[in-house]
Parts: sequence; structure tokens; C-alpha cells
Amino acid sequence: MTILLQTNPNNQDDRNTEEQSNHWAIPWHAYLLVLPAVSLIAVLFGGGLVLAFLQSIGLMGLTSTGAVSLDAYQQALTSRQFWQSLGLSLYIALTATAISTVLSIGLALLLLRAGRWASFACQLTLPIPHLVGIAGILLLLSPSGVLSRVLVHLGWISSDQDFPLLVNDRANLGVMLHFLWKEIPFVTLILLAVLRGIRPEYGMQARALGASRWKCFWTVTLPLLRPGIISASLIVFGFVFGSFEVPFLLGSTFPKTLPVLVYQAFTDLDLNQRSVAIALGLLLSGVSISLIALYLWLGSGKPFRRVMRRAQG
Amino acid sequence: MTHPADIIRSTARLRPTALLRTTSLALIITVLFLPFLPLLIWSFAQGWYFPQLVPTQWTLANWAGLASAGSRVGQGFVQSLVIAGISTVLALLVGLPAGRALGLMEFPGKGAIKLFLLLPIIVSPLATLMGIQFVLIRLGLSGTLVGVVLVHLLPTIPYMTLVLSSVYANFDPGYEAQARSLGASPSQVLRTVTLPLIAPGVVVGALFAFLISWNEFLLTFFVGSGRVFTLPMVLFTSLQGGNTGLTAAIAITSIIPAVVFLLFSSQALQNDAAIGGLGDV
Repeated sequence: MTILLQTNPNNQDDRNTEEQSNHWAIPWHAYLLVLPAVSLIAVLFGGGLVLAFLQSIGLMGLTSTGAVSLDAYQQALTSRQFWQSLGLSLYIALTATAISTVLSIGLALLLLRAGRWASFACQLTLPIPHLVGIAGILLLLSPSGVLSRVLVHLGWISSDQDFPLLVNDRANLGVMLHFLWKEIPFVTLILLAVLRGIRPEYGMQARALGASRWKCFWTVTLPLLRPGIISASLIVFGFVFGSFEVPFLLGSTFPKTLPVLVYQAFTDLDLNQRSVAIALGLLLSGVSISLIALYLWLGSGKPFRRVMRRAQG
Repeated sequence: MTHPADIIRSTARLRPTALLRTTSLALIITVLFLPFLPLLIWSFAQGWYFPQLVPTQWTLANWAGLASAGSRVGQGFVQSLVIAGISTVLALLVGLPAGRALGLMEFPGKGAIKLFLLLPIIVSPLATLMGIQFVLIRLGLSGTLVGVVLVHLLPTIPYMTLVLSSVYANFDPGYEAQARSLGASPSQVLRTVTLPLIAPGVVVGALFAFLISWNEFLLTFFVGSGRVFTLPMVLFTSLQGGNTGLTAAIAITSIIPAVVFLLFSSQALQNDAAIGGLGDV
């Protein structure tokens, strides 16, 4: 048994081909294994979307008349608020994703050569609920928060009125800071795991052949890190774009982000607003799915290449 | 070509670089910890008025307030625990076979299936939630633990499957073949070979799923209809009230399980094979 454990092969490609030949003849076995997970997601997520769609076109729901109507979409798309909210949500999600991805690449590289305690400390915000982060940031950055008190104590400002508005501000700085605080450790954790899997020999080889540290990073490390960067930023973008509680509690009161707008319409006393809320929610999903597809296509082409290869046999 | 002298020079430069790295890391870690500071102080503070730097009076009243029935913290703690526990077990049950297929086998449509399973974590669940809510009300599941557990499967299954498929990708099925050829039954192989070998990765997956469910707010907020009070719901309500000290104490309480879990399994979180799965969408 000890010998068995020690002979863990490192060459993964060989093993995969072997498995592939074993199971290629009977792929239904693989389909059977993914069936429970796929059907649960299909029923809950897909089913939910279908039900939402039926409600948004008036075929289902409390105010349903039984006839197809696109009123909800018309109402959603013609309101100025929708476009303002969409713009704000896109701005927050794109900025937060870009900044946290770039900073995480740097942090992951820093941590790669640091001790394990450091990577552990950097990941401590990871399991913290967003609401706790929100509470902490409110108490830290609000006009009467700890930072403002420190500045008064240092004599930099004389009262809380002089303190710049960092939460519930128009620029949504508080929202941005919260997402950076929460998502940088997440992206770093993923990138660090990918970095540790990269053989150091590649970098050494490039350096031995005369590449500068910088060139080695651009031509060796970054390309190898790319799949990790793409998946991590994808998850972050999707999450930030659809996040509700962070902009609800830390964000600007006007304009609101799209999820907050959806919630507001969904809880409106006027029940006709409910189908508008669902239409808004579906538009939100639609925008997010198209952006993700675009990003995957631009970023890696991996899923598409795979389809192509299969189509070519 | 790198001249040997360059290499010597770069070794000499190593010390200031290391110092710079340690300093910047210390700075980053301090900033990451900063939001916890006011929470910690507020939870022990009595009347901490602006612009006092430290409270003039300290108290344990906020912590004692957690125990009172009015704060609903006890109820929230238990409900969070039950919901997160059940969602994790269910996600594990469907994630193990799916992870095996995605990690070890090649089959047509694998990429598409992987992407499909990821949809609930990259696309906002809002539309889905509003769609499901209507049916859950009809079924009498809105505002029940069952309804909340069901929607908590939306984020837990994808994360679990992703982590487990990466775990299986680093697992050599040759061990199973070996055990089978030596006469072990399939269930014996599962118990004595497969499960012990993938156990560390399974711990990471379960950890992730548990914490995702424990921290979940939006799904519970929509489907719980104000009747299911998980800890994030209690915290949300308290945040909108005025008692800062109590809110801080609730916030700290809700991170205790996460921190205990992390410390308990810090070894497991260093499992790059499992975490790397998240980087392979």
C-alpha cells in the first residue's frame, strides 16, 4: 500500500488518455454520473428562469390575464431608471473586477515566495459573510467612523463634516472598497493555487536563457496563469454584477444598481410592478450571460475551440 | 545571456527585496483586518460618541444581549447551522458522482456541462428566485426551511462539483483497478481506497459549500419570506436598526464558525489540487 501511494504518477496527460480509452466506448456512464447534479440545476435554475419568463410575459402570476403581453418589458426598457441602473451596475462590476484581478496577480506573486502563514492571513476575509464586511466598512469609513475619529485626533479635520463621504456616496467608493476587500483574497487564492501548479523550471529556463524578470513574467508566468485569471475574474464579475446587499447598504441612494432596482420593483405595493421586476431581473441575467459569453470568447476561446475540434471529428 | 556576475548581483539584491515583500505583505494584511477593528471595539463599547478615539466605558451588555430571545441570534444560529448542514450533504451527494465524471472522464459535451453547472454562480439568481418564489408559495414551501435549503443548492452544487472534479483529476483510478484485481468488492474499493484518497479534497469541497450556505443572504431573503431567520437575516435586520453595539456583536458571532472551520482545516485549504478547480472553468 505504501508503495502504491508513492507511485502517484505526475504525468496527468497519460492517465487521462488511458481513462479516455477506457470510457470513450460507454460515455453514457459519465452522463449518468453528472445526471443528478445537472438535473437539479436544470430544475432549480432553468426552471426558475422559465417560470420567471412566463410571469414576465403575463402568462402566469398574480396579475396574469392569460394573454401574452410585453408590457413589462416595454415599461422596463423605456424607463430612464433602468438605463441609469444598468450603467451603474456595469461600471461597478467592471471596475471592481479589473482592479481586483490586477492586484490579485501581484499579491499571488508576492505570496508565492512568502511563508504559508502569509497566504493564510491574506485569505482570512474569504469565509467572512458580505454583511459582516459591510458592517465593518460602515463603522470604519462613515463620517462618524473610526477613520474619521483618527483624523480628528490627528488634527487633520475638525469635525465629521470635513470627512469625505465614503459610504452611500455618489461614486460608490464604499461599494468598490468592499468588493476589493472581499474579492482580492478570493482571486488570489485561486491564482496562488494555479501558480503553485506551474513548474518553476519554465521560469528558470527563461531566466537562464537571458530573459529579464519582467519579460519572464509577461511571456512565461502570465500566459500559464491565463486560464486561472479568466475563470476567477468571470466568477467575480458575475457575482459583483448581481450583488444585492452590498450596494443596498453601502451604495448611492440614486441611481441604484440593477439588483436593488429589481428588489424595489418586486416589493412594490402595486402588484403590476411585479412583472416589471421579473422582466428587469431577466434583463439583468441576459446582460450578464451575454457579457460572460463575450468574455469567454475573447479571453480564451477554450470552450469554443473544444466544440470546433469535436465538430471536426 | 545572463552573465554569472549578474546572478551574483541579483543574489545580493535579494535581501532588500525580501524586506520590501514582507513590508508590503504586512501592510496588505493590516488593511484586510481593518474592518474588523471597529466591530470588535463597538461590541464592547458603551456610548462611544464622536470624536472619541476609544470608548470611555466598556461593557459586556452587547454580548449578553445576544442571549436574549429578542435578538433572535440563538434561533438564527441554529437555523443557519441546519440549513448549511443539509445543503452541504445534498451538494456532496450529487457533487461526488458529477465530480468524478468531470474530473476523470472525457465525453462529448463535457465543457458545455461544466459551464452549465457554473451558471448559478456566475449569473445573478434574482430572476430565478422571483420565478421559483411563485411556485414555492403554491407548494407551501415559501418561508420554510425546505424551501430555503432547495435554493441554497443553487450556489453549493456548482462550487462542490468544481472542487470535486479537480480532486478527481488528481486521483489515480489505477489504485481502484489494483484493489479490484486483488479481489476487493466495489464497495470495499470505495470505502478503503477511493474515499480515503479523496477525503482531503472532499473536506475542502464541504467546507466551501457549508460557508457559502452559511453566508448566503439574498436567497434566504427572497425565499424565507421573513419567516426563516438565518444569522445573515438577523444581522441584516440589526444593521437597519440603531443598536450599533449589538449589531457588532452579532456580526462577530456570525464569523465565529467560519474562523473555527478555517483554523480547523487550514491544512485542507492549502490543498491546491482542490482549490485549483476554481481556476479551471
